[in-house]
Amino acid sequence: MAESIELTDDMRAQIGKESPPWDFEVTTTSVRMFARGVGYTDPVYYDVEAARKAGYRSLPAPPTYLGTAVFLPGRCSDTFSGPTEGIPSVNHGLKGLLDGGTETEYLDTICAGDTLVAVQRLEDMKVASSPALGGKMLLLMVVTTYSDKATGKVVARQTSQVIYY
Amino acid sequence: MLRFEDIKEGDALPELRKTPTLQTLVKYSAGGGDFNPLHHDYNFPQAKQIGSIIVHGRFKYASLGELVSNWLGHAGRIRKLSCQYRGMDLPNKEFVCKGVVRKKSADGGQKVVELDIWAENAEGKKTTPGSAVVVFP
Repeated sequence: MAESIELTDDMRAQIGKESPPWDFEVTTTSVRMFARGVGYTDPVYYDVEAARKAGYRSLPAPPTYLGTAVFLPGRCSDTFSGPTEGIPSVNHGLKGLLDGGTETEYLDTICAGDTLVAVQRLEDMKVASSPALGGKMLLLMVVTTYSDKATGKVVARQTSQVIYY
Repeated sequence: MLRFEDIKEGDALPELRKTPTLQTLVKYSAGGGDFNPLHHDYNFPQAKQIGSIIVHGRFKYASLGELVSNWLGHAGRIRKLSCQYRGMDLPNKEFVCKGVVRKKSADGGQKVVELDIWAENAEGKKTTPGSAVVVFP
């Protein structure tokens, strides 16, 4: 629990920083794994034939699928699976970590077979009090933009709020 | 098949009930790639401090996505889905995903339905309030 957290110039300097682009393949296997992890019974997320009948070109990525990382050893977090290279990070020394909230805006349908390019940007940072956590917390707002690799078109934007305390 | 014409403001979505077990959380970790021990290891310091492992916020977010997807039945598509993680949910306790049609509009030929969605625990507390926007062809 942090009694107080000061935003230093070093920390503030990270606002607006972007990660290098990261390839993000959506595959039938990754879609099925995610759908199973959530508990879907809808065959559209498992059976390519059912997906085609429902009007998709292959298995559609279920809502909130984005965030499921393509793991590469040594270049990704062993815990969270996402890329760590060049990801804007803040040196705060806080040990507690919680997810604050997520918003995803979908501009197009994402299906297995698509290769997306993800870029993560540290959009904002602030310190707030949390009665629930009994102290101060550091809030980071991170926006990940996903584009179709073939066309460059933005297909989705995901905003995550990360809490350190 | 859900039709835009039949949807009314105030309509409730069919509820989605979940009682995630440790195995559920392990499956979600595998599917989503989040292996934070807080979601599977009771001896993890943060879990000991809380007194239990906790359900991934993202699992509740995904469950809200499932709620909307089940209701929509691929008759339209989700344009926006959001939620906030306001309270912890623990394994082996039921939470219920619910939703209500807040607004329906067809301005400029765009058929849009806005939803209030949330997950609530057995005490009726909304641990995960959110919203969604779906569009129909």
